[in-house]
Amino acid sequence: MLNMAPWIPTLPFLSMFVCGAMFACKSQAIRNATAWVAAAAVAGSFLCSVMVVKGFVDAGSPAAGVTVPYFEWINIGDFHANFSFLIDGLTCVMLMVVTGIGTLITLYAAGYMSGDSGYGRFFAYISLFIFAMSCLVLGDNLLLLFLGWEGVGVASYLLIGFYYRKPSAVAAAKKAFIVNRIGDFGFALGLMGTFVLFGSIAYSDVIPAAHALDVSSLTGWRADLAWWIPFLLMMGAFGKSAQLPLHVWLPDAMEGPTPVSALIHAATMVTAGVYMIARLINVFNMNPTALAFIAAVGGMTALFAATIALCQYDLKRVWAYSTLSQLGYMFLGVGVMATTGAVFHLFTHAFFKALLFLTAGSVMHAMAGQLDLRKMSGLFSKMPVTAILMLMGCLALAGVPFTAGFYSKDIILTEALIKAPVLGWIGIFTALLTAFYTFRLWFRVFLGETKYEMGHEHHGYPVEHDLDDHAHGPHEMPWWPMNAPLVVLAIGAIAAGFACHGWMEGMIHNSTAAVASHGDAEHHHSVHTFVSIVAGGGALVMIALAALFHWKRRDLTEKIANAFSPVVTLLYNKYYIDECYNVLVRGVLNMIAWMSYIVDRVLVDGVLIDVVIGRTPRFVAHVGRMFQRGRLQGYGLTMGLGLAIVLFIMVWKVMAG
Amino acid sequence: MHEAISQTVLTHYLLTGAILFTLGIVGFVVRRNLIVMFLCTEMMFQGIIVTLVAFSRYHMNFDGQTFVIFVLTIAAAEAALALGLVVLLFRRRHTLDAEAWSIMKG
Repeated sequence: MLNMAPWIPTLPFLSMFVCGAMFACKSQAIRNATAWVAAAAVAGSFLCSVMVVKGFVDAGSPAAGVTVPYFEWINIGDFHANFSFLIDGLTCVMLMVVTGIGTLITLYAAGYMSGDSGYGRFFAYISLFIFAMSCLVLGDNLLLLFLGWEGVGVASYLLIGFYYRKPSAVAAAKKAFIVNRIGDFGFALGLMGTFVLFGSIAYSDVIPAAHALDVSSLTGWRADLAWWIPFLLMMGAFGKSAQLPLHVWLPDAMEGPTPVSALIHAATMVTAGVYMIARLINVFNMNPTALAFIAAVGGMTALFAATIALCQYDLKRVWAYSTLSQLGYMFLGVGVMATTGAVFHLFTHAFFKALLFLTAGSVMHAMAGQLDLRKMSGLFSKMPVTAILMLMGCLALAGVPFTAGFYSKDIILTEALIKAPVLGWIGIFTALLTAFYTFRLWFRVFLGETKYEMGHEHHGYPVEHDLDDHAHGPHEMPWWPMNAPLVVLAIGAIAAGFACHGWMEGMIHNSTAAVASHGDAEHHHSVHTFVSIVAGGGALVMIALAALFHWKRRDLTEKIANAFSPVVTLLYNKYYIDECYNVLVRGVLNMIAWMSYIVDRVLVDGVLIDVVIGRTPRFVAHVGRMFQRGRLQGYGLTMGLGLAIVLFIMVWKVMAG
Repeated sequence: MHEAISQTVLTHYLLTGAILFTLGIVGFVVRRNLIVMFLCTEMMFQGIIVTLVAFSRYHMNFDGQTFVIFVLTIAAAEAALALGLVVLLFRRRHTLDAEAWSIMKG
């Protein structure tokens, strides 16, 4: 069973080439079949994953995991990085998320992307993504993690810039890539540091060694390294999971097709940072300051992004900021060593956020690219299935009692309240905001007076309305292949919480992310009950408020927004972070460029090129040609004189001593 | 092999070699005829060769004489090349005067 593991990345890897080759064919029928190749490959990966999970459970779920070798990869001196897979509880959870959600989203995309000129290209990229992501979660060493990490970065870049004729999409792709490089720089340094400190990068060596390491006994550079490694690895996690201040790329990444936003920028890739910290929790624990920092940044990101989401009007951007906020929760979770909670939230979030993005995609599809909340209202009668599916996602995101989000969020908040009360309260406040902005969107889009304005694009390109099949107004999506996967996701969004709670605890307990439980169980239990009541009840209250302000009395909302217009403007403009970067990064870069230009002109062109490089050879030549008179006798005389001088010196030396 | 020569005899040989060499270098510098200049370089060779053989005999050691064989071989090869070049130069200018080629200056 466990020997099926190599097929998990291999199937999408092959599918990538097959899709690419099929896309190169002229025949439209072959091009349209790429979706089914990709879907079959990802579904195959999912089946293999299920078998691997079963194999792991059958093997008795060893906490140290089972290593499945694939092939020898890099082997230089003391440096070994094999292409082999570590199967433990955390890997199993991640595999289920990546391949399971991946299959559903690929199916949805088969319908959503139909008619797009880059149909085959899209599925080749998706295959590449699933390949890289499964390497990321399967790898048994840091370098394979890094390979997958960069691979998903490339896939993300390609897919954000999928509509490459649209300048904003290209700019967003570049932004995502560059911001991620900043984080990856830290990751690469952390990886090297780990090798220097532990002499290995395999999890099976590094994690037990880090766990056993007594940091206070280290001295000199070793102590510095142990202090810095968690911070460096953390940089990579912040970049990939879009935490403050490297969050700027994620909202812009929504330029990509909606299934990409759902798969890569909500459910899987952006959670890689959480996976990394959970996987290496013992390494991060070498420096409690780093963990505290992670928790603080996570809490701040959660609050910060939730407040922005309150005032956004773009459907997908609301979900993008919501994703940032939920990732903040996960970082808060790992920061307070609540790895079970963080990974559980990652798991449930994958379901409900994928569902929310895909239903937003359905709305966008139905409205010909219209995403502005102000330009749509009361769509429930037009697309009831989408409305109900999105409602299920919203309930889970809002953390309404007994939905998936409720369970996972409560674990994180409980641990946070016990270990870092301030962050815990920030988390609870954010949970209330979350419920409000989630239902603000749902009430605005689906309830109230039916009124809408169609958009002007189809698949990222402007269309003429009289040629467009959307001209007749919003319509429901077909059941197959689009709504059926959403139903599965919706069931997950509602049920994944109580159905998988015990399974998740067992899985994380049998992985390198396991954290020894300590503290007062009684106290823990009472805090958990308190959080459940406050966050769950608060969510219901906030939904009621959202119903009042965004369904029944929208005029009231206008008045309040006008009264607080500076705050609303600040939030609408996302705290002007992009503008700050513009001044701080672009301004500084422009200044450096200007100074470099001056140095280039004066020093390099003026002094170096003109004087040193231009004049010196001419001067040397001038001197040299004095000895080249063209007379053989002259050369002979010079030679003879030279010889005489050498002889004279030699004889003189011999005579003298 | 015969017995070694005395230091007096060696001095005579060395003087002969030095005179040959000096004649050669002076001839090379003062004459303008390419063939004569070339012969002068050969004369310098001979001066060196005499010196080498004399030392060889004085030290009762074959190194010098072995070396002479190489020098002669190279001199022969060089003579063939150099004479060919001189003939070519003569065909271009119809004179053997080295001054005719003073245009070859930097």
